[in-house]
Amino acid sequence: MDRFVFLTFDGLSKGAVLAAFALALVLIWRAARIVNFAQGAMAVAAAYAGYSVTTATGSYWLGFGAALVGGLLIGMVVERAVMRFVDHSSPLSEVIVALGLVLVMQAVLGMVYGNEFLPAGTPFSRNALSVGEVPLLSRYDLFVFGAVLLVLLGLALLFTRTSVGLRMRASAFAPEVSRLLGVNVGGMLTLGWALASAVGALAAMLVIPTELGLHPHAMDLVFVSAFTAAVVGGLDSPPGAVVGGLTVGLILSYVSGYLGSDVTPMAVLVLLLAVLLVRPGGLFSSTVARQA
Amino acid sequence: MTADDVILQVRGLTAGYGAAPVLQEVDLTVRAGTIAAVLGANGAGKTTLLRTLSGLVRPSGGEIVYGGQPLRDVPVEQLVRRGMAHVPEGRGVVAELTVDENLRLGGLWRRDREDAGKALAEVYELFEPLAQRRRSAGHQLSGGERQMLALGRALVARPKLLLLDEPSLGLAPRVIAQIMALLRHLRDSTGLTVLLVEQNVRSALSVADEAVVMSLGRIVTATSADRLRDDEELRHAYLGF
Amino acid sequence: MSEQTVSPAAAAPAPRRAGLLPGLFGRSTLLRHLILAVLAGVLLFLLTQQLDPFRNFQLATVAAYLCATAGLTLLVGMNGQLSLGHGALMAVGAYTVALAQNALAERGITGNQVLPLSLALGVLVTMVAGAVIGLAAARLRGPYLAGVTLAVAVAVPAATVTFDETFNSEQGLSVAVEPPPLSLGLYFPNERWQAWVALTGALLTMLLLANLVRSRVGRNLRAVRDDEVAARLAGIHVGRTQVLAFVVSAASAGLGGGLMALLAQSVSPGAFSLTLSLFLLMAVVIGGLGSLSGAVWGALLLVALPDLTHDSAQWVSLSPAVAQRLEGNLPLAVFGLTLIVVMIAAPGGVQGLLRRIGARVRRRAPAR
Ligand SMILES: Nc1ncnc2c1ncn2[C@@H]1O[C@H](COP(=O)(O)OP(=O)(O)OP(=O)(O)O)[C@@H](O)[C@H]1O
Ligand SMILES: [Mg+2]
Repeated sequence: MDRFVFLTFDGLSKGAVLAAFALALVLIWRAARIVNFAQGAMAVAAAYAGYSVTTATGSYWLGFGAALVGGLLIGMVVERAVMRFVDHSSPLSEVIVALGLVLVMQAVLGMVYGNEFLPAGTPFSRNALSVGEVPLLSRYDLFVFGAVLLVLLGLALLFTRTSVGLRMRASAFAPEVSRLLGVNVGGMLTLGWALASAVGALAAMLVIPTELGLHPHAMDLVFVSAFTAAVVGGLDSPPGAVVGGLTVGLILSYVSGYLGSDVTPMAVLVLLLAVLLVRPGGLFSSTVARQA
Repeated sequence: MTADDVILQVRGLTAGYGAAPVLQEVDLTVRAGTIAAVLGANGAGKTTLLRTLSGLVRPSGGEIVYGGQPLRDVPVEQLVRRGMAHVPEGRGVVAELTVDENLRLGGLWRRDREDAGKALAEVYELFEPLAQRRRSAGHQLSGGERQMLALGRALVARPKLLLLDEPSLGLAPRVIAQIMALLRHLRDSTGLTVLLVEQNVRSALSVADEAVVMSLGRIVTATSADRLRDDEELRHAYLGF
Repeated sequence: MSEQTVSPAAAAPAPRRAGLLPGLFGRSTLLRHLILAVLAGVLLFLLTQQLDPFRNFQLATVAAYLCATAGLTLLVGMNGQLSLGHGALMAVGAYTVALAQNALAERGITGNQVLPLSLALGVLVTMVAGAVIGLAAARLRGPYLAGVTLAVAVAVPAATVTFDETFNSEQGLSVAVEPPPLSLGLYFPNERWQAWVALTGALLTMLLLANLVRSRVGRNLRAVRDDEVAARLAGIHVGRTQVLAFVVSAASAGLGGGLMALLAQSVSPGAFSLTLSLFLLMAVVIGGLGSLSGAVWGALLLVALPDLTHDSAQWVSLSPAVAQRLEGNLPLAVFGLTLIVVMIAAPGGVQGLLRRIGARVRRRAPAR
């Protein structure tokens, strides 16, 4: 029973990170109708930037900030310099170009930092605090929840309460009309990519210390899990991404807790297939066509 | 007609999609404070003309002079800042946004936030039904409400020149008459200039000062609306009734 | 794919080829492909006699990759289904062949029938795996399919750890491979024998796929790619066609993987990582998705580019640590960059460029 409780909280903490990462995927999907397969690599690159700053200054928080800013910049550059020029008539070309980005970024990271796991520190202890006899959550888990919650609230406010958010939504839904109404649609697209990439970077910063450490491939499996989470949520719905992320996080925590961590990749595959084949609409959206 | 009376001057405009041109050597003069009707059969190029004027279609030749300045390489999103508003074919209501959001979108570019708010309030006053449905999503509106929303959204920008693409489409005659009356009112009270693309020739001619008839991408006649309305022979030759 | 990538011209027989062979054979595609294959076989046979062992080994590697890239070209280029999991399918073929070879060797079974037997088994098992993925794939499109195949690419290497009793985790398995048949002579270079085996597999694959592409099935594949609705209206069973494409493509990848296992005489999950899957995709895109010839360029590239970057890295003297980092990663960076540039600037790939140049030369020829 204790183990179950522990795994549940661990799963929720993992799930929060997956939710953030899935949300980043959903942001770009809504803004550009692209599943950003380069998101894992982009997030890792930002995390490496954070690592460099932390190593140079000795401050976790400076590195944390650098990673987020790095994420923003990477997203901006990727959209402006690459994605903007891709032929959008076929979804294949977007996926393939994103994969090209993955290869380039992982290679450059490997060249600069080497292909070994680098230790990534945490600002808070990862030892679980016990309530009574039962170990529940670590301070770090609480930090993860707080950070993800803050981002969710921030994004919700941005999109529903600010004029920039209104512009971003309008550009995504009706780019031509938005241009006629004076909205800089290209700029909004860039901003969408930048925001999504920063959210991805945050997720990377949160999850990497809980895994093996910093590595060019550190986010590969996280990406697949988050993609599954986004699909569970319907790919079009931010709340769906959050619920999807928590669900996938819980399932994976139970699987790795009871069956072994090497089973998780297969569990992700099975879960993804199951969702796509059984509830192709995702659990939270009614209108999304899977045959995009 | 003096030069500063003219708000829009088009000379030799050629444009199209891909290789084959749709518009060919279009010349058009619109005086400020008038309503000009653009008539013509389906596929004549009316929508393409409006889209080229607002920059959505790149012209391959010719010149557009708006407010005394040539519009070359002016981005689409800048035109509304210069007072040109375009209500596209099919109205362009953003279905996923609410009525209020759609309307606010029309004035987001404005620096003068106070006046933008005032313009918004005026639109709500002008279109009662919209005020009652502020929180409804665009896709929940009726055709008439959508048209009001599209028009209202353009008016929030306080335009000098309004490009209207088939506002009467799918509307009841009474609503059409109301819209035409509104256009006349706006022209008379604020000096708004309207380039009105219409299939509904009678309604359009009832408010228009000038009329041009397009066919196969060319302007085949440009005359006063009264003349086109009254001269049966002319009407018969170009409009078929 | 966009229209440029897979122009209808890709499907038409190249006029040059028709001109090379007299009209008698021109009518039967099967016969023409057969003759081409035999010709290529003879040329390659002569080539293997000339090459040193290292180059022969490289040639064999190209051949093994070619099986996989040809299968992937069929799937992506001809049928419009994206797979990021072909590296995993190669792993399935490779592990099957490894297990089969070892099992046969344990039972003391030797002789000429061993290699074909285990390779056939590898192909068969991969076909089953391909059918399973294909059944799911037939219901998915675009990014969803890409996501599922990506999950496959990540899950399969991990499975070797889960079932470590069979697959021996990260260390992998060594593969028992017999030396070249004694009838070839006692000192026959092993690499030349490997090249023969791999080239035979590759030629067979190309022959079968070329015929498939030119057949009614091939036309169905392209019809489904171009317009599913139209294909359905024309009476084509879209789902079945897509599954078939996946199965055939998987079989080719399985053969490629099996050959890889024989060449390396070992298999390990590291050799079939996600990166391999991405490499394969990149190879066929850069080679050109429009025709199977693109797969040849892709396979050549997969072997040549790491070699080239290796050589060029040695020109500049670097500290060993830096050199090692560069050596592993430089090809990846070059590949990725090329992939992006090709997708944006030249969606026809190498083969598309060649065809365009060829067309220009031919157009000019009569003028002279
Ligand atoms: N996006 C497009 N791509 C290619 N051709 C187009 C496009 N839009 C319009 N056309 C062609 O341009 C010509 C003019 O079309 P346009 O929409 O301007 O006509 P219209 O006068 O507005 O017709 P309607 O009264 O039916 O709205 C038509 O022949 C049409 O087929
Ligand atoms: Mg029209």
